[in-house]
Amino acid sequence: MDQEHPRLSVTQQGDVTVVKLADRKILDEASIAQIGDRLQGLVDKQPDPRMVLDFSDVGHMSSSALGMLIRLNKRVREKKGRLRLCGIQKPIYEVFVITRLNEIFDITETPDEAVRSLS
Amino acid sequence: METTVVIPSNLSAAHEAEKALLDAVAQCRYSEAATFAIKLAVEEGMNNAIKHGNRFDAAKKVTLTYKVGQDRTVITIADEGPGFHPSALPDPTADENLEKPTGRGVMLMNAYMDEVAYNDKGNQVRMVKNNT
Repeated sequence: MDQEHPRLSVTQQGDVTVVKLADRKILDEASIAQIGDRLQGLVDKQPDPRMVLDFSDVGHMSSSALGMLIRLNKRVREKKGRLRLCGIQKPIYEVFVITRLNEIFDITETPDEAVRSLS
Repeated sequence: METTVVIPSNLSAAHEAEKALLDAVAQCRYSEAATFAIKLAVEEGMNNAIKHGNRFDAAKKVTLTYKVGQDRTVITIADEGPGFHPSALPDPTADENLEKPTGRGVMLMNAYMDEVAYNDKGNQVRMVKNNT
C-alpha cells in the first residue's frame, strides 16, 4: 500500500508508475481531492511521467472523480508524459462513454496492456 | 414510507444520508444497474446542493426526501440556495467543454434517472428511478 494514501497501491514497472485504486468506494467525494493530490504529486516527481491507473477494484464513479482525472491528464500532458486507464468495469466505462471521456483518455482492458503501451 | 433527512452542507453528512437511502434500495433488491444509477444520481444531486446551491454555507441545510418502493424510487433534494436554470448549463459533451473538469453532474443525473425535474426556482430536484 502507498504510505501516503493507504487505499492506493503504487508500484513501478520499469519507467511506468502503476497505481491501483484499491477500494470499491475509493472514489467517493471525500477521497477524491486527496487522491488527486497524491496522483499529481507522483506525476510531478517524474520528468517524463508514464502512469497507469488501474480501476479493477473501483465500483463507483462520480463527476468529481472524472474532474480529478481530467486535471491529472492535463498535468501529464503538460509534462509531455502519458497516462493510461485500465481495468474499468462495464458500468463505470458507460459513464466515460456517456460523458464522451472515453475519447479523451487512453483506456485499455488490462494493466499489462497499459504498461506495455507505455514501455 | 417516505423518509426525510435534513443535513448540514457538508459532504460527510451527505454521504451518511446517501448510505441510508442505498441501504433501503438494497433491501428492495433493485437490479445492479438501477442501484448504480441511484447511487450516482443521488451523489451528484447532493453534491450539487451542497457545493453549488448552498456553497458549503454551514448555516444552510440540504433536505433529502426519498421513497423506495419495489417498483420505483422517488428522490427529492432541496437546498437553500438561490437556484439556477438547468437549461442554461453548457453541454459538457460539446467538443469545447470535453476537457473542462466540472459541469457533468446534472447531465449524469438526466442520463441515469428515468425522470428528473427541477422546481421553478431551481433549488429543488425530483428524480425517479424504476427498478428494471
